[in-house]
Amino acid sequence: MDDRDSLKGRLKAARDRQGLDKAEAAKGALPASIWGVGLRAGVEVVSALVVGVGLGLILDRWLGTSPWLFLVFFMLGAAAGVLNVYRLFMPRPGARKD
Amino acid sequence: MAVEGKAIDALGQFELSTALGPIGASVGFTQSNLFMLISGSLIVLLMMWGMRARAMVPGRMQSLAESAYGFIDEMVVSQVGDEGRRFFPFVFTLFMFILFGNMLGLFPYAFTYTSHISMTFLMAFIVFVLITVVAISLHGKKFLGYFFPEGAPLWLAPIIIPVEVVSYLSRPISLSIRLFANMVAGHVMLKVFATFVVMLGALGTVGPFIAVMPLAINVALVGFEVLVAFLQAYVFAILTCIYLHDAVHLH
Repeated sequence: MDDRDSLKGRLKAARDRQGLDKAEAAKGALPASIWGVGLRAGVEVVSALVVGVGLGLILDRWLGTSPWLFLVFFMLGAAAGVLNVYRLFMPRPGARKD
Repeated sequence: MAVEGKAIDALGQFELSTALGPIGASVGFTQSNLFMLISGSLIVLLMMWGMRARAMVPGRMQSLAESAYGFIDEMVVSQVGDEGRRFFPFVFTLFMFILFGNMLGLFPYAFTYTSHISMTFLMAFIVFVLITVVAISLHGKKFLGYFFPEGAPLWLAPIIIPVEVVSYLSRPISLSIRLFANMVAGHVMLKVFATFVVMLGALGTVGPFIAVMPLAINVALVGFEVLVAFLQAYVFAILTCIYLHDAVHLH
């Protein structure tokens, strides 16, 4: 056990010297590249719009209020899409920071 | 097959047909189902055969199995917390099934079952049902508070609650579209450039020399697709973990 601990210590010191461990902060987060972030933001907006428009059309057909609920839910979908993108860039509260 | 009357048939590869001859045709067993079975058996084989030795110093297969296990275990614990351990089997199965589907789909003549939205949406829907059931069973009525953040002014409720509900409902859609779109886009690009190779190669004497360009692009694309195949399985699994965290802790 003693040997292993001292090896770990020396290894850590050597890795720190070479600057190999700085990726630690990004661990557990989603991998971030410009394309990846852009694509994810697009998918979030589109899917929220799909849900909004779908719900609006279904409720319209059910209640016979033709364009109105569609318009309301389109706006709600757009707002939810913005909310999704906002959540994408904000760090989640309560996530463990280790 | 790719070049039919000088047209590029990039979407033909996603068509379902029945596999296993007349038996498969009579029960509607498609090549998609066949590859699901293959990937399922490969995963079981990897875990069973890899862990057979149970050596202190792992061999190749054992260390592959162990690192797959350790990778997901660390993801679940760091995202959901210690109480997330009970979801490990679910996330591990999901991750391995998607990873093997994406990777197997890169082999020639293979079918990528993750390139069908019905498949990815089914998986995302299972995740959605799970997180909703977990949240309701753990928190009961308090789950409804999820749709209205504490401290927000009450008169904003008619706006905030519908927006939060739509945002919550959009989770399975975004989860499934992301995986499906990535797989379809990658395979279409591979097919298009492969067709260019064939078309340009038939252009007479200079043809084969020009055809080297799309061929080079395709070689790079295959490497890129391996990355995407892994990354998308990872993203699906980690988003499942994040949603599970929300369900267990309600923010």
